[in-house]
Amino acid sequence: MPNKDSGNKVMDADDIRRAVTRIAHEIIEKNKGAEKIAIIGIQRRGVPLAQRLAKLIEQIEGTSVPVGSLNVALYRDDYATRLVPPSVGKTEIDFDVSDRKIVLVDEVIYTGRTTRSALDALMDMGRPAQIQLAALIDRGHRELPIRADYIGKNLPTSRREHVYVHLVETDGEDKVVIVKQESGERGAQ
Amino acid sequence: MNKLDRKDILGLQDMTQSEIQLILDTAISMKEILNRPVKKVPTLRGKTVCTLFYEPSTRTRTSFEVAAKTLSADVSSIAAATSAIVKGESFKDTLLTLQAMGVDLFIIRHQSGGAPHFAARTVKSHVINAGDGMHEHPTQGLLDMLTMLEEKGRLDGLVVTVVGDILHSRVARSNLWGLTKMGATVRLAGPKTLLPPEVDKLPVEVYSNIDEAIEGADIVNVLRIQLERMNSGFFPSVREYAKLFGINKERLRRAKPDVTLMHPGPMNRGVEITPDVADGEFSVITDQVTNGVAVRMALLYLLLGGGSNVGTA
Repeated sequence: MPNKDSGNKVMDADDIRRAVTRIAHEIIEKNKGAEKIAIIGIQRRGVPLAQRLAKLIEQIEGTSVPVGSLNVALYRDDYATRLVPPSVGKTEIDFDVSDRKIVLVDEVIYTGRTTRSALDALMDMGRPAQIQLAALIDRGHRELPIRADYIGKNLPTSRREHVYVHLVETDGEDKVVIVKQESGERGAQ
Repeated sequence: MNKLDRKDILGLQDMTQSEIQLILDTAISMKEILNRPVKKVPTLRGKTVCTLFYEPSTRTRTSFEVAAKTLSADVSSIAAATSAIVKGESFKDTLLTLQAMGVDLFIIRHQSGGAPHFAARTVKSHVINAGDGMHEHPTQGLLDMLTMLEEKGRLDGLVVTVVGDILHSRVARSNLWGLTKMGATVRLAGPKTLLPPEVDKLPVEVYSNIDEAIEGADIVNVLRIQLERMNSGFFPSVREYAKLFGINKERLRRAKPDVTLMHPGPMNRGVEITPDVADGEFSVITDQVTNGVAVRMALLYLLLGGGSNVGTA
């Protein structure tokens, strides 16, 4: 496994703050306000990003935005083939998703398979009016017909690279690094 | 640690602390699914689970079935009384027949201790012990621990008093192995005739006076008096047992003020526990049932997950 802390820094704390602030404005613009919006982060690092976005939208619009946390382990398509079953975290969505405009937040969008799992998970909880997708990093290489509505930064990568998003809430600091992989194994993110 | 490195769940005696912790952590996450309007996730689609019960059971078998179905596995349930077992088919042949039909995981309850271990050696499929004789009932031990963890926020340092027929109780054995591994102190209390021989060699405190055993306890776990086994004079009468060992309000006052009262069910109200206590403020008996489903979901998930080379016959 490559070291998550070494590698090229492609975003620093200020870059992340600006990107998240811009996405917050884009969400408000596209939805003409914050009515009926709820933000759901995909565990783990989508969750702090979702909380930041909700806080910003509240500051800008003055309406409170519910935040949820979604674990997609039980919906993954590689459950039967992975050597280790993904650890199951607790999904915490304490509002009804039906008829809401859900903004799904992930730190990196890559193959699209995590997003696919998240869509299925959300559909099991109700019938949202809309689901939109926000990602801090879009690194390409989609394997499914999925695209993000809001992107912090487009980052062209090769499949042999890893992208690691570090956040204050989970890792102590805000930064995004890109790490070359030594072996031929496929990147985690 | 996020993988159970074993094919079968046969007992808590040979499990490590980190394995138990992983199961409990996974079960806490699974509980959320049970509170949803649509209680179904697609995780175990295409997996086949078979419950094979040689003893009667309502809650354990139903609990496993609900757990498997919530995770989208297919379940077939076999009760000895209505199967080819009454035609004389042996345990081994029954297992091999079912394995040949593609059963990925067996859930086995048997009146003989060690039967699930035999099954685990016989089939390539996974095996979960749902109670074997007087030996172990690991999923009950796990759901008891999950309930205690939810009530107290920890297991380490808890004082747990297990009261009743320790001799015949696989629940008591799974409780003591699991709890002592997690750092709790286990007190066993019951009439001397219902304590197993060599009980002093177990890592527990043994009491034959119930009031002393309850003094200062965080948890009182009341076992069922197995009336069907009580025909050989273990105690003079059910009434005398109720008087000397039955858990009532007065006895429970000796425990910590925030004591949690548990019972694995089915209850004999008025024998080992008085109805007012069973339905009272300290009782978490129905939470135990819900936690049973969550723990069994966690085990099915952890055993059937991953590209393991076992499970497909």
